[in-house]
Amino acid sequence: MTESAPKRIGALTDTIPSQPPRSQWLDVWDQFKQHKGALIGGITFLTIILAVVVGPEIWWVDAQYLPKGREFINLRDTRPIYHALWDESAKVSWLYPLGTDNLGRDTLARMMQGGRVSIAVGLTAMLLSILLGTLIGVTAGYFRRLDGPLMRLTDLFLALPLLPMILVASLLFREALSKTFGVEGGVFVLVVGLIGITSWMHTARIVRGDVLALKEREFILAAQSIGTKPSKLVMRHLLPNVMSPIMVSATLGIAVAIITESALSFLGFGFPPDFPTWGRLLNDSVDRMDLYPERVLWPGLAISLTVLSVNYLGDGLRDALDPRIRGR
Amino acid sequence: MKLKTLLLGAVACAALAPAAFAERGKDGNVSIIYWQAPSILNPFLSGGTKDVESSSLVLEPLARYDDKGEIVPFLAEEVPTLANGGVSEDLTTITWKIKPGLLWSDGSPFTSADVKFTAEYCMHPEGGCAQLSFFDGVQSVETPDDLTVKVTFNQPKPNPYGPFVGGQSPILQKAQFENCTGAKAPECTQQNFNPVGTGPFKVVEFKPNDVITLEANPNYRDPNKPAFATVTFKGGGDATGAARAVFETGEFDYAWNLQLAPDVIAKMEAGGKGKAITGFGPLVERIEVNMTDPSPSLDADTRSTRKAPHPFLSDINVRAALSMAIDRELLVEVGYGKAGKPTCDLVPVPDNYAAKNDFCMVQDIEGANKLLEDAGWVKGADGVRAKDGVRLSLVYATSTNAVRQDFQALIKDWWAEIGVETELRNASASVFFGGDPGSPDTFQKFYADVEMYANTFNGTDPQQYLAAYRCGAEPKPESQWQGENINRFCDPAYDALIDELARTGDIAKRGEIAIKMNNMLTKDSHTIIGLVHRGRVSGQSNTLGGHVLNVWDSELWDAADWFRKQGS
Repeated sequence: MTESAPKRIGALTDTIPSQPPRSQWLDVWDQFKQHKGALIGGITFLTIILAVVVGPEIWWVDAQYLPKGREFINLRDTRPIYHALWDESAKVSWLYPLGTDNLGRDTLARMMQGGRVSIAVGLTAMLLSILLGTLIGVTAGYFRRLDGPLMRLTDLFLALPLLPMILVASLLFREALSKTFGVEGGVFVLVVGLIGITSWMHTARIVRGDVLALKEREFILAAQSIGTKPSKLVMRHLLPNVMSPIMVSATLGIAVAIITESALSFLGFGFPPDFPTWGRLLNDSVDRMDLYPERVLWPGLAISLTVLSVNYLGDGLRDALDPRIRGR
Repeated sequence: MKLKTLLLGAVACAALAPAAFAERGKDGNVSIIYWQAPSILNPFLSGGTKDVESSSLVLEPLARYDDKGEIVPFLAEEVPTLANGGVSEDLTTITWKIKPGLLWSDGSPFTSADVKFTAEYCMHPEGGCAQLSFFDGVQSVETPDDLTVKVTFNQPKPNPYGPFVGGQSPILQKAQFENCTGAKAPECTQQNFNPVGTGPFKVVEFKPNDVITLEANPNYRDPNKPAFATVTFKGGGDATGAARAVFETGEFDYAWNLQLAPDVIAKMEAGGKGKAITGFGPLVERIEVNMTDPSPSLDADTRSTRKAPHPFLSDINVRAALSMAIDRELLVEVGYGKAGKPTCDLVPVPDNYAAKNDFCMVQDIEGANKLLEDAGWVKGADGVRAKDGVRLSLVYATSTNAVRQDFQALIKDWWAEIGVETELRNASASVFFGGDPGSPDTFQKFYADVEMYANTFNGTDPQQYLAAYRCGAEPKPESQWQGENINRFCDPAYDALIDELARTGDIAKRGEIAIKMNNMLTKDSHTIIGLVHRGRVSGQSNTLGGHVLNVWDSELWDAADWFRKQGS
């Protein structure tokens, strides 16, 4: 008896793909490219980050450097270089392309130095709040027993008046932290920590709601029926599906963090007054707003641009990451 | 007939018009803005100017200083002097005669018992009275009758105008505060927020750190005053906002203490709604050096108290070097322009009491470096000097204000050049000057190594002002962090001079002693580093009349005479 290979059934033969397979990330990129706003936002955001990270290496003027002696009296009314375009008598200097502040410190250097801090605070605080919000949201949504306690905790945090609480907390922990991390490091940890801890609630609520709805879907049931562990289920099936609301919260969070930081600095609970951040630069310049509009314009523009570009970026990412929207 | 009636009516109107002009409450509302918000209306529980001045709308002393620095009677019939027999020949007693018929705003009569009670209230050993120095040397207060108050001092008092004179020492109503003496004083919120007074206005509502609403006192002694029916006293914000509100938008009629750079004020005045008014009193912007250790590692009962001397600021060379490194002329140019002069002193005016030191006028970085070097403070690898493991690293605190932050940045830079590391800190003015014993950021608590602010004294005699630096009068936990000896200065020789000044009658001799005391605090010990002798700049609406800027007493001293200019 000779054995012969079973005959292939036509329907089961694989056709050779007509084009090479595409990775998921390539698809995401293709979708992302479609969104013009997101593309521009992304480029702007990258430029700003590049400018504040690499900038001070190229433009190596110390942001806290004060001109010595009486020199600054002559320097402190220097205008940005572009002023020469319409006002020939304006006092400008290529040494100070964006002009100086009231004490003759270089505005460009301060903008870049300030940007480092503001963006670092914004991103870190956002990450912390997203992490907390997602953790609590998913846990509350997935494990029914924890739902009640966790959501009441969220309500509790929502009901707290945040700014006073931050002020009290910063009074309590400021000195201990600045001993451990140094003055500026301590304030950074404090500000980031406080903003992170007080802004996760909305993310948590939204995530929980989405998880509750997703939990009843068939694919979750299917995954559970083949014995997927809860941790894997969350990581593989739930999280990717709640990515879009998280993205939106994240982008809004950056903006809130930058603004809260400047409010804290203004009230005297943030960074030391000579330490530049965008919020601080803005506050310092308000007095002479009508004489030197550029001093408020640039930090204000930087904050708005960062927030706006991150928002657009988040919008595009959400669309690109959502497989149901992708390709439409 | 008709014509006659009309004419008669016209005549009657004409006759009434002048009377109507000076009618109480005819000018409606006046709005005052103090960018430091009052947190209490009892000046005995707060050293803050904002609290003293806001309460001066309600509470009045027996006499106060006018715009020329002369004493004028307020609740008293006349100012007691040697000449009129009010002050005894041996200078140990002063007898005040109260104006008859005075009423508190609640309608009850004002008597000498209230005056006596006020003295008891402030001199209560557990009270922590912020104005205790006004009662320095008071042995007893007697009330022979309802309108006579006799103050006896424990020694000859050549300047007996301490108690009950000036905005910082007004009279409280006995009936109201009777149960609020001693340790209970800060707990009497209702009383401290709504004091009953004899002033032109009475409190309708007091929102701490926000707004005070006041209305004309129906029992005010002059039936035609005040011209304004209500006062809105807004506190908070910043000097810029306050200046804008008077000069540019005209929302407010009066703004106090516009500590703004000269170019900023000039620009705003162009708004045309108001004008800046200036006067030079004894106001000095200074750096106070903490003689005690503010280190957070100490427990609350020891930190910033005399139990723990400062690790490096107790070295006079360090303090001297800090002072030498500062270019005061430059500071004036940056922050005050015409409204400031460089000074090394604590008492810059009047002439008789002013030391007019000039040891600090020239910045001397090199000299400061040498001084520190010779004293054994050696620069480390990080450029910060140290000796025996103690680094010259200090915390420099002040209130939030653009000019002060500019000063901080400049001074930090100069100090860096002499190897002193500085951490800048600023707190909102309402907190910094708030006097809340629970807050670590108040100037009284002094949880910093040096702090910068301005202070002044009422009247022309600096005796009380200098007496503030008496050993033991410092803010401490036992006194609920109230007290006037902010830098915890302690020198028996100085205390002896306080007593000597209190005994001396001869004006030239008094000047000599006061100058010696001033020098002990500044030139000889550098405990107080004088920076700028500041003029007081306030903003006044063009439509507000009747006000004369007074640098010797509360700025609102003449609020009863304020009126709205006609045709506006």
